[in-house]
Amino acid sequence: MLKRVHFPTSALPYLLVAPQILITLVFFIWPASQAMYQSFLIEDAFGLGTEFVWFENFQILATDNHYLASFQRTAVFSLLVAALSMGFALILAGFAQRVVRGAMFYRTLLIWPYAVAPVLAGALWVFMFNPTLGIFPYFLEFAGITWNHYLSGNQAMALVILAAAWKQVAYNFLFYLAAMQSIPNSVIEAAAIDGAGPARRFWTIIFPLISPTTFFLLVINMVYAFFETFGIIHAVTQGGPGTSTTILVYKVFNDGFVGLDLGGSAAQSVVLMVLVIAMTVVQFRFVERKVAY
Amino acid sequence: MVEHRPLTAFLTHLVLILGVFAIALPVWITFVASTHDELRMNQAPLPLWPGEYFLANMKQTLFGSGLSGTEQAPVWLMLLNSLAMALMISTGKIAISLLSAFAIVYFKFPFRMGFFWMIFITLMLPVEVRILPTFEVVANLGMLNSYWGLSIPLIASATATFMFRQVFLTVPDELLESARIDGAGPLRFFFDILLPLSRTNIAALFVILFIFGWNQYLWPLLITTDTSMTTIVMSIKQMLEAAEQSPQWNIIMTTALLAMIPPVFVVIAMQKLFVQGLTETDK
Amino acid sequence: MADIQLKDLVKSYGPTEVLHHIEGDIKDGEFIVIVGPSGCGKSTLLRMVAGLETVTSGEIAIGGRRVNELEPSARDIAMVFQNYALYPHMSVRQNMAYGLKIRKLPKDEINRRVEEAAEILEIKQYLDRKPRQLSGGQRQRVAMGRAIVRDPQVFLFDEPLSNLDAKLRVQMRLEIRKLQQRLGVTSIYVTHDQVEAMTLGDRLMVLNGGYVEQFGTPIELYDRPASMFVAGFIGSPAMNFLPTEISAGHATLPGGGLLPVASSYSGAATLGLRPEHLNEDENGPIAIEIDMLEQLGANTLIHGRLHGTGHSITASVPGHANDGIGSIRRFSAAAELTHLFDTGSGKRLDI
Repeated sequence: MLKRVHFPTSALPYLLVAPQILITLVFFIWPASQAMYQSFLIEDAFGLGTEFVWFENFQILATDNHYLASFQRTAVFSLLVAALSMGFALILAGFAQRVVRGAMFYRTLLIWPYAVAPVLAGALWVFMFNPTLGIFPYFLEFAGITWNHYLSGNQAMALVILAAAWKQVAYNFLFYLAAMQSIPNSVIEAAAIDGAGPARRFWTIIFPLISPTTFFLLVINMVYAFFETFGIIHAVTQGGPGTSTTILVYKVFNDGFVGLDLGGSAAQSVVLMVLVIAMTVVQFRFVERKVAY
Repeated sequence: MVEHRPLTAFLTHLVLILGVFAIALPVWITFVASTHDELRMNQAPLPLWPGEYFLANMKQTLFGSGLSGTEQAPVWLMLLNSLAMALMISTGKIAISLLSAFAIVYFKFPFRMGFFWMIFITLMLPVEVRILPTFEVVANLGMLNSYWGLSIPLIASATATFMFRQVFLTVPDELLESARIDGAGPLRFFFDILLPLSRTNIAALFVILFIFGWNQYLWPLLITTDTSMTTIVMSIKQMLEAAEQSPQWNIIMTTALLAMIPPVFVVIAMQKLFVQGLTETDK
Repeated sequence: MADIQLKDLVKSYGPTEVLHHIEGDIKDGEFIVIVGPSGCGKSTLLRMVAGLETVTSGEIAIGGRRVNELEPSARDIAMVFQNYALYPHMSVRQNMAYGLKIRKLPKDEINRRVEEAAEILEIKQYLDRKPRQLSGGQRQRVAMGRAIVRDPQVFLFDEPLSNLDAKLRVQMRLEIRKLQQRLGVTSIYVTHDQVEAMTLGDRLMVLNGGYVEQFGTPIELYDRPASMFVAGFIGSPAMNFLPTEISAGHATLPGGGLLPVASSYSGAATLGLRPEHLNEDENGPIAIEIDMLEQLGANTLIHGRLHGTGHSITASVPGHANDGIGSIRRFSAAAELTHLFDTGSGKRLDI
């Protein structure tokens, strides 16, 4: 935590932390406490006055079917994004790890989508799946599937999941590959001598050994799907059709900036904050185990 | 690989190459779209092979009127805005995190832990959960439509501070003692010893933060209303909306390509630093 | 050049006192070795002199000037660390010049000093290398060089040889000694290695549990150890200790032998006998039943037990030996080479 030896106390350390603390106070802590305060207020219909209502906003949320549906939708969305991108990354890493010399070459070819902004990922996929022009709808037509994510809620959901998962494969691949490469070769060789073939070795030796990484990535991917996919949703579906792709982060934005329901949006912010805190705690508790591994 | 069977080796490479194709497909299609003219891009099925309008599209996108029927800033200006924002965010984050990590590790002063926890809390407050009130603060400070407004609210960083703290903790105590005997004060020690020793960590973090800064979307979307402050990443959304009336996919996709080239280039050119940065900051 | 005074020096961490009222006068140009087992407080004492640890009470004076409140850089000292503490991103030259640069010495003066020190230490050809390109011994030299260029009043060494292999350690030990004699700078050297301490120091300060057990020349410590701790710590193989009853100038050994001692004390005491002071004597009072022989070539160590008792005892005899296990050899010892200690306090009995 602290060096055994340190510099004598003076005004200097305060000056050093001042910029960070100032920005934290002005742009993080103050707005967050404002959000918390506003979540206890309800504005009257004419925007003339506000009333302090304690937890009424939260009670409204808890009984709001739209909100609960959005919650459920976000859970499904996040789990599918995590499962899809982690599964794909796991398979690729499992094969890449077997290539002794080319592994780094494949890594170069696979990690760059990390650098693509979510909104751009959305734009790319929305173009590929454009109902009138896109490549995929054209081919899907032959399979007898009519693609129009502007009309079908399920297709819209599938599209944002694909776009979100695509972007995250790079990250998962990187961590899976690193985890697999840190397994001592002798363990793999011992399993081979015991007669386990490549597939069996993967599922009985490698996969269990990298389970801490799987858990770590699961948390990271959930956080990603919860908070960083705003751009994808905004570019691809804007939450629609209807509310079929309105995940929580999008709803906060929409209710606050478009719907101007300040109290309700603030209450949603507070719920999200609690979720982030929970995920951070899980992640940090896990980090200790990661170090042991 | 333990076995040396040609067939397994072939299968391995086959799967990997298919994987690379699957990952690269969306970008390939984007690239192809940027090499055809508007007419071709409005006929289904869309081409899968590049045409010859790449340079013309580039020229029109970068310096021409851009998308017809929209009031947009020229794309080169958006690129500059993005660059300015990305650089301000990344250097700003690194600078203030280095300073606060230095204070927290090398000084013992009242409220040290209080400051530490205050910085830690920022980890739990992503911009998405406090957009409205943060917007109000920035508006009240008159920072809307400015580079300051784009960057300053994003530069407090717990992860960067933690990373530097970790780096400083691995610097042997004897170096500080030695420097003190040599007569170096705190700032001199910071600049002469700590900074040079953290060089690669700073570079690795810079790569990550540059990408983070460049790819900002929601925040610039909220606080810039003036078209001259538009960043390239946020312009895509406006273009997509415009595409519903006049689908100039060649221009839209050229813009998308331009928007992703800088960060993708950074990742590929500085792969080692990028990997180091990712694994270090996510602890 | 300067003398150093330690006056009633105390160091506490919170309520725990780790150094208890240390006194010591170090003369100008003297080479002092602080020696003791790990955790005895020897490094803490050195770091207090350096100014890296605060003084709880008492006073440190260098050259007659109280330095308790001075920053390390203002004390005119140089220190060589156990892990050398070289700045990894600077070349050897920059490492050596750093302190001088901070003091704003003229460039050519800095160059002159660095070249001179490099000459003395024979590291001239490495001046433009980074520390990681050097071997352990070379790094050690650079660390010394960094101290030399400062031209300080005092050199402080914190176990500087413990990261080197045995052979290099012996070589560097001699070089440090020669260098110090040549420069004549007052030096304090901390080590846990008693051989290093004996060969290097003009005087040794033996620390144990935060107390000074004895402060004297190596020969004084060997000939007249002030306590059982010093007696056991200095000399190799270690001194034998036997419980005895003293009366009328004789010690009654366990098992009944009578050994003359040069003391008028009477009563119970612990008798100390150095292995090399046991002389073979067919009629001697000390009968050793042999457990094991250690053939060292020039001499042989005989490990065994005092016959008829469980007390282990070691003797050193010149030349070779081939006694069988379980056989018995008899020894005597000169009265003036015996040591008597109070069994309870461990202090030397000089009566």
